[in-house]
Amino acid sequence: MLNKNEIFETIQMIDNQNLDVRTITMAISLFDCITSSREETAAKVYDKIYSRAKNLVKTGDDIAAEYGVPIVNKRVSVTPVSLIGAASGGYMEIAKAMDKVAEDIGIDFIGGYGALVHKSATPGELEFLETIPDALASTKKVCSSVNVGSTKSGINMDAVRILGEKIKRLAYLTRDRDSIGCTKFVAFCNAVEDNPFMAGAFNGAGEGDAVINVGVSGPGVVQYAVSKAKGESIDTIAEIIKKTAFKITRVGQLVAKEASRRLNAEFGIVDLSLAPTPKIGDSVAHILEEMGLSSVGAHGTTACLAILNDAVKKGGLMASSSVGGLSGAFSPVSEDIGMINAARKGSLSVEKLEAMTCVCSVGLDMIAIPGDTPASTISAIIADECAIGMVNNKTTAVRVIPVYGKGVGEEVSFGGLLGNAPVMPVRSESAETFIARGGRIPAPLHSNKN
Amino acid sequence: MKAIVTVIGKDKVGIIAKVSGLLSSLDVNVEDISQTILQDYFAMMMLVDVSSAKSFTSVSEKLDELGKKVGVSIRIQHEDIFNAMHRI
Repeated sequence: MLNKNEIFETIQMIDNQNLDVRTITMAISLFDCITSSREETAAKVYDKIYSRAKNLVKTGDDIAAEYGVPIVNKRVSVTPVSLIGAASGGYMEIAKAMDKVAEDIGIDFIGGYGALVHKSATPGELEFLETIPDALASTKKVCSSVNVGSTKSGINMDAVRILGEKIKRLAYLTRDRDSIGCTKFVAFCNAVEDNPFMAGAFNGAGEGDAVINVGVSGPGVVQYAVSKAKGESIDTIAEIIKKTAFKITRVGQLVAKEASRRLNAEFGIVDLSLAPTPKIGDSVAHILEEMGLSSVGAHGTTACLAILNDAVKKGGLMASSSVGGLSGAFSPVSEDIGMINAARKGSLSVEKLEAMTCVCSVGLDMIAIPGDTPASTISAIIADECAIGMVNNKTTAVRVIPVYGKGVGEEVSFGGLLGNAPVMPVRSESAETFIARGGRIPAPLHSNKN
Repeated sequence: MKAIVTVIGKDKVGIIAKVSGLLSSLDVNVEDISQTILQDYFAMMMLVDVSSAKSFTSVSEKLDELGKKVGVSIRIQHEDIFNAMHRI
């Protein structure tokens, strides 16, 4: 029999420490929708997603009500559209069908308007990359990601150059809303095929027909647990985080199992990432500060993040039968109140964030940068992140927003979970000649493992 | 299906009676009950069986309504969330 303390601990976590399941993402394969006609392909895409995911929102809400744990987002991810539209060239039509079906079934976001060009791009994929700004600017819920590098293949610098330009274009097309289109696009190195989080979720070619991937959350729970351990040594802190992560992940595992059973879909993975929100008490930055930093961005931040990330993984791995996705602490700036405050007072810089990405899961995420940042500088930021991911055998990503018409220190507001942030400075020195070279950064020596 | 009902709030006369009365009218069987009072705060948990109840959602809604009327927080959750978190 459960004891009272355990029951009230769980309730406290949900009520006061913002424990929630961040997302149930249904990953759907669209390979059976490929035809040589644009309209027919788009119609099949709509029908496939509708038929598989029509009950996703209701099922998520039912599970949330029965278990008493909030499930914040219900999302769908699909096979990279560059593959599905290659035979017909109807990429934009597919984007519109995705947006329509997302609206009709009531989900929050739909991901997978993407391409995998980490070694090279086909003519079809190059054509696809051109459509990204228009596709994201003319839809509401469609998210896009492009994988431009991997440890195994190196970094496709031609694609990196193109993406810098596309991000600028997307910022311009959505200039009336602080360039919000850029919040729906992410460039990856070592992208994972089962990520449930946006903007980078897609259903990889090696995945099943309909798969449930769940992303947990709970930075507030970890922060609370750490706050109870004043004066304790680092080993104790790591143990506390591990135990807390175990409990959080068990909730994710339970929800993922139950959702896949009810939706008649495969259970994919639980993603252990601690995803923050702009709410007070739901911040990854505040965990780091609780560990003993006066502000995130201080020297020591990278070390604290490394401890956190490792402990979360160790605790989470035993709690789930299948761990995947990105699985690490996220450090998005505009979506984390602690990061926002640190950026505002100037204690957190893009350079420090880059260092942090060496030890945590994702990368430079949700960072507003000046609107007049050259495309080549954005490409160079992507190249730097990809180099970190490629050499360290990990996923890294870049989701920056060059806010059209705004400069350093001005505020942007995206609303909801996307939050708000000050525009942060980037280096003014140029990498234009480097980016213009194109070609491919060779894969590192340690990629040759066979 | 087994679920846990928790009641948290300022202590008042008759809370247990009201909650168990409502549960009985909804065909929910109470299997175990425990309560404490911590600095004027009433905290009660019940292990209940909802298999005979018409719908979990309506039990949950009625408990929520009662909670609002009495001025305490009442919730019902599937017991598996607690088992998952606290039992290996």
